[in-house]
Amino acid sequence: MVPGPRTEDQLPHTAEAAVKIVIVGGFGVGKTTMVRSVSEIKPLTTEETMTQAGIGVDDNFGSDTKTATTVAMDFGRISITEQLVLYLFGTPGQQRFWFLWNGLFEGALGAVVLVDTRRLEVSFDVIGRLEECGVPFVVAVNTFPDAPRYAISELRTALDLPEEIPIIECDARRRASSRDVLMTLMHFLHALATAKAPA
Amino acid sequence: MTPPQRQRRHPKEQPPPPPPAPTGKQKNPERLFVVAGPDGGERDTDLDLVTLIVARADPPPSATPEQSALLRLCTAPLSVAELSAYLNLPFSMMTVVLTDMLTAGLVTARAPIVRQAVADRSILEAVMHGLQRL
Repeated sequence: MVPGPRTEDQLPHTAEAAVKIVIVGGFGVGKTTMVRSVSEIKPLTTEETMTQAGIGVDDNFGSDTKTATTVAMDFGRISITEQLVLYLFGTPGQQRFWFLWNGLFEGALGAVVLVDTRRLEVSFDVIGRLEECGVPFVVAVNTFPDAPRYAISELRTALDLPEEIPIIECDARRRASSRDVLMTLMHFLHALATAKAPA
Repeated sequence: MTPPQRQRRHPKEQPPPPPPAPTGKQKNPERLFVVAGPDGGERDTDLDLVTLIVARADPPPSATPEQSALLRLCTAPLSVAELSAYLNLPFSMMTVVLTDMLTAGLVTARAPIVRQAVADRSILEAVMHGLQRL
């Protein structure tokens, strides 16, 4: 028997549609921690297999030594209303993994780029990719105790982000703090929609 | 101390070409063949990670073990991502299995709300209200 959701983890039959937000960042930056702190279910993991062709190493198709890389993505869920469900996906920063999950970023409402000031440069590429793909995002700085602290203005200059993109500090372990990050993203998306809406 | 410095990028004119389907060369073809059925190779599907799946029927006698397990799981709506996690199947395989089941009328799919050029503010406001209750 396959384990399934606990009874209390089942969605109501009235659930009509879901939306998703992606939390993206380097290894160990706290993506799963943030998902866990706000999710109503214990985070789950979906996996995808990436073959050697996909990761750009020598093709030894047919040989016994051929291996595949498994890429995992943790996610959680928040019921918004009886009809609407929000899913949060924590995904690796490398774009070569993104296509594994059909429409992961294309369909997302927006993204949170989670950064660690000890390794700020790890986030440079992912921010650039989101800019190229036109995915709206905010930047959340997970404040590790031993990480250097920079003023937001300093981070904005270093990340070369325009004034309108929010940058906020957070503690991904705390539900209220992670919720504030998501709220910041939603307010940003709402402002974008208002600016673009026909008068 | 000064942080490292990034250079801003801009939206690309042309979207990149679609990447190769990840289902082509799997580690364990025999097993995947059984899960996907005899013609489970090349197929387009609109299933998203957060498409909600609901069972329409009890498992028919012809159902595979995967199909039966899936039908038991989604008596209440469940996303493709959750099904992939519970059934321990890669997302790409999950979509192949589900496409068969949709065709056979065993399950229904409730499409997600995806990002539009101009977002639906009522959806964004609903999400904000939901987050406030956390």
